[in-house]
Amino acid sequence: MTALTHITAGFLPLLDSVLLVLAREKGFAQAQGIELQLVRETSWANIRDRAAVGHFDIAQMLAPMPLAATLGLNPLAADMITPMVLGLGNNAITVSDDLWSAMREAGAPGNLDALGTGQALAKVVGASARKLRFGVVHQSSSHNYELRYWMAASGIRPDRDVEIVVLPPPLLPDALGSGGIDGYCVGEPWNSVGVATKGARIATVKAAIWRSSPDKVLGMRAAWAQDNPETLAALIRAMHFAAIWCGEPANHAEIADIMSAPAYLGQPAELVQRALDGRLDIGGGQIAAVPDFYVPFAHAANFPWQSHALWFYSQMVRWGEVGFSPALASRAAATFRPDLYRAALAPLGVALPADNARLEQTLPARSVDGLAMGPEGFFDDRNFDPSQLENYIESQRDLG
Amino acid sequence: MNGAVGYPHVHSIRAFSALALFVSSGISARQMSNAELSILIIDENRIRATIIEDGLREAGHTHVAVIHDVNEVGRTIKETMPDVFVIDLENPKRDMLEHFFSLSRAIERPIAMFVDRSDGVMIEKAVAAGVSAYVVDGLKKERVKPIMDMAISRFNAFARLRRELEQARSELEDRKLIDQAKAIIMRTRGLSEADAYSLLRTTAMNQNRRMVDIAQSLITAADLLGP
Repeated sequence: MTALTHITAGFLPLLDSVLLVLAREKGFAQAQGIELQLVRETSWANIRDRAAVGHFDIAQMLAPMPLAATLGLNPLAADMITPMVLGLGNNAITVSDDLWSAMREAGAPGNLDALGTGQALAKVVGASARKLRFGVVHQSSSHNYELRYWMAASGIRPDRDVEIVVLPPPLLPDALGSGGIDGYCVGEPWNSVGVATKGARIATVKAAIWRSSPDKVLGMRAAWAQDNPETLAALIRAMHFAAIWCGEPANHAEIADIMSAPAYLGQPAELVQRALDGRLDIGGGQIAAVPDFYVPFAHAANFPWQSHALWFYSQMVRWGEVGFSPALASRAAATFRPDLYRAALAPLGVALPADNARLEQTLPARSVDGLAMGPEGFFDDRNFDPSQLENYIESQRDLG
Repeated sequence: MNGAVGYPHVHSIRAFSALALFVSSGISARQMSNAELSILIIDENRIRATIIEDGLREAGHTHVAVIHDVNEVGRTIKETMPDVFVIDLENPKRDMLEHFFSLSRAIERPIAMFVDRSDGVMIEKAVAAGVSAYVVDGLKKERVKPIMDMAISRFNAFARLRRELEQARSELEDRKLIDQAKAIIMRTRGLSEADAYSLLRTTAMNQNRRMVDIAQSLITAADLLGP
């Protein structure tokens, strides 16, 4: 037997670290000749820095993090890429019981609908004597951009009408419970934890704001990917099999059990399983079925669409984090590497998307390139054409 | 909408209540001259914070402040106007601190991560030691380097101390378990202390296990079987 190749991976206690955890715990990594060591971190800044200096070969990263690193928005500028997405969805927007009562009075439908819920929040924000404060997990996060997109499309100017602060995921429920923040956008299990321990309410979900959109990615230094092509391909295959296994409803109970361990999430298995099953207790004992809440494999979930990278770039420009130029846009797009994903899975003969980018538009579930695709698009039915990036950014200027 | 108006562009309209406290400061006179640096240590571990503080004072720094919670950073900045921030990497609120600094970029007191402009070896050493630093823009690298060197070496010394303490503690625990197992053997088999110890050791060697594991099994078994 040949020796296993050692890979060190950093992760944060979030449900979508599950593919890394399963790759290790269920032997998918080992079957590909990889000894996968997992290191739990306390902040995204540590993930970024330890990946940059090489303590981690790879890491669970927020989808916009490879862009932020490559575009030099971070300290420790380093070229980062992602060849694989760790699943679609998984985030929600959770609000305090007080805020929910006010939103309810303002007409919030209570069914997670992003449009009606956003309009109700806009009314509450407009009438509020103080600025409401919302927590996100990091500036360069899909949480930050989704929350802002949702607010802006609902008539709330995120930089003027509310305050957006940054807190690590496990601290958000406590911050809400102590009244430090009124709401937050975070990945599971931290919405369910807020509901279970702080009487919070899940107001809407990522799967409603931007359907079939990425949240975390498998991130790494571009140099590591270049120097270790075979190891990387083996790793992608291991993660691919982990993703397939994770997508099987019959495995959810076992997965929830594994993830509930103190070394991973340290939360009750029952609570962890809600997101896997897409059956959320959204507050007050009301159970909502959200079949696409977290999609680890189906709908080409692991494919790194460059149109997703470009959407994140459009939002970085929109909120003043970086300027617009065609050169920066192409650098941003190039951090998502569908070529590496395809190359790794080609030997398996599985169906793969033929395009690198796509029009992000309102579409129902359908089949593309032999793949079953999920419903797509933004809740406000505005389409994003990556070839019209500048126009898209321009069209959002008046929205906050 | 509660309408805040008059902001020139999107950079400057991000608001954070605590941040507003030090908006007016601008770049301090301190960093322009050779005058002494003001240093803020942010560490949830009080003992380690004290060790770093002592090190800085021994090196002749007198403007040193310590906080244990990132939430206090807004107030402390107003009071002490730090030029250098030293923070431990275990701190889960590091993302919060960086966001706070990124907002400050627009407010005339830009703060950057020190390792950003230092050499690769320094970065590696700092991250490995579990410490990071942020400095006010314009501050010369040479002025911060001795502070970082001191912080790195004291973080490493603290980690070593903690490991040694942990080891001593676990050795003490092991000894207690072995003594307890020895007492059980002496009582049930009527052996002397030396013979009981020897029996434990031989059993461990024969089974290729550690003595403390054998002792633990024996204690568990004795508990199960009753008095």
